[in-house]
Amino acid sequence: MSAPPFTIKSFGPNALLLEWPNRVDVTILMDILGFRAYLLKHHLLGPDWELIPVYHSLTLINRNDPAAIGDLMRRLPEWYSSLPMEHKPETQYWEIPVCYDESLAPDLLEVSEKLGMDPQKVIEAHTAQPYRVYGIGFLPGFLYLGGVPEALKLDRRAEPRLHVEKGSVGLAGSQTGIYPQISPGGWHIIGSCPVSLFTPERTPPCIVAPGDQIRFRAIEKAEYDLHKLESEIGIYKYKTGHSSA
Amino acid sequence: MLKVHHPGFYTSIQDLGRFGYRHLGVPVSGATDQKAAKRSNALLENEPNDAVLEITMNGPGLEFTEPTYIVLCGAPLEAFLDGVPLEMNQVYQVTAGAMFTSGHVREGLRAYLSVKGGFQSDVKLGSRSQFYPITPGNTLKKRGQIPYTPNTDFAPKLLKINPETPSKDIGVLVSPGPEYELFGKDYINQLFINTFQISKNHNRMACQLEPSLPAHQIRIITSATLPGTVQITPSGRLIILLRDGQTTGGYPRILQLDANSQDRLGQKQFGDVLRFEKNE
Repeated sequence: MSAPPFTIKSFGPNALLLEWPNRVDVTILMDILGFRAYLLKHHLLGPDWELIPVYHSLTLINRNDPAAIGDLMRRLPEWYSSLPMEHKPETQYWEIPVCYDESLAPDLLEVSEKLGMDPQKVIEAHTAQPYRVYGIGFLPGFLYLGGVPEALKLDRRAEPRLHVEKGSVGLAGSQTGIYPQISPGGWHIIGSCPVSLFTPERTPPCIVAPGDQIRFRAIEKAEYDLHKLESEIGIYKYKTGHSSA
Repeated sequence: MLKVHHPGFYTSIQDLGRFGYRHLGVPVSGATDQKAAKRSNALLENEPNDAVLEITMNGPGLEFTEPTYIVLCGAPLEAFLDGVPLEMNQVYQVTAGAMFTSGHVREGLRAYLSVKGGFQSDVKLGSRSQFYPITPGNTLKKRGQIPYTPNTDFAPKLLKINPETPSKDIGVLVSPGPEYELFGKDYINQLFINTFQISKNHNRMACQLEPSLPAHQIRIITSATLPGTVQITPSGRLIILLRDGQTTGGYPRILQLDANSQDRLGQKQFGDVLRFEKNE
């Protein structure tokens, strides 16, 4: 059996951390998600375990503390070695509407000045490519997105806001994302997404999963208002398709 | 129904937690002092996961519109049923229309009020634990109502248990977190030779400690966090995540508290002192 690409670290009495090489890399992400899907599909861990994939790690958490971690240190590499060659997870592609109207984008002008780009060019750069979902965390339904173009990289705001509106689309560092609820936040707000990606009443509650790709589509304020209403009453139709992993 | 006349400082409905949604960023939530919540359910011969009220620092004013039985556990709370003082860890019968009033906790931080059969608020993602936006709010609201099933014929096997003597020990048992080994020996030593104080930034999500350790250069890619994870910010500030803590974080995870120590931390208040001790 060849060595697995991950190391296993102890993480307290009821969790294990599996770490792949220390970089943000879609190949690593897909390997993690494929292994996670395999463990879940074959019920290898039992119902008390949750498996949290983020960037280059997969954390296994047992709801009992302490938990019987027992021989998992030995079995996880065995299970990995029994993975079929083709273990890529199913991923989806989502088109997410974003309105960049200045009434919803308090920092767009400042961002355009800082980047030395026309606001319209900022919008074009932000919508030009799909982003990969490297994990969900920080807030319920908050997507960690990778793939921000070099031209859009800038520091966080000097002063974080105490209230960022739900749906706000932020940009900071090499990250972009949608605030799924009202929250404090230090990112520049350059637009707003009218539709909820996370709703506790839905199964699963988050429509987007780790590994998926999302692409923003710029919309007018009128379309924003319509989609917001459609999302609130539960009739918004998400545009989706298979993702090219 | 339980009618909320006033909610107290921070009172919320909690069971043992919400499992299976952490990969979507949903914290586990649940009672901060799980042992106390379980004890309050055990005396009423409830299920351990039945929903109780977690009362923080200053208690609520409540009206029971139907007969039932109640128990208070956890931090000793000044509390009365129709004006009669209540003992902790004891079963009381409640008549329809009875008023529960309460003041401050005398020591510790969180008390638990259980009702026979548990509170029957809506289950969201497998749990009744309040956490916005999974549930409509984080806490009880004035004039809110919480359902429970009336009961008049409960014959408790045990009317009272002797309260555990609250531990004066400031030790908190920890094991190494995933990034522990990345810090030098001298740096790690400072975690164990110093004592730390609970700062004002202390809620169901996280508890910050004072003083900070020196600034450091260890950086990680965002990864999962757990209740009881001790994070250390670049400036050296120590943050212990609790039950409502975020499921992922970008700060090094230097230590991990075990469940028992998390329960005990849940009873510490602003200014209390703790010392990390290795769980060996």
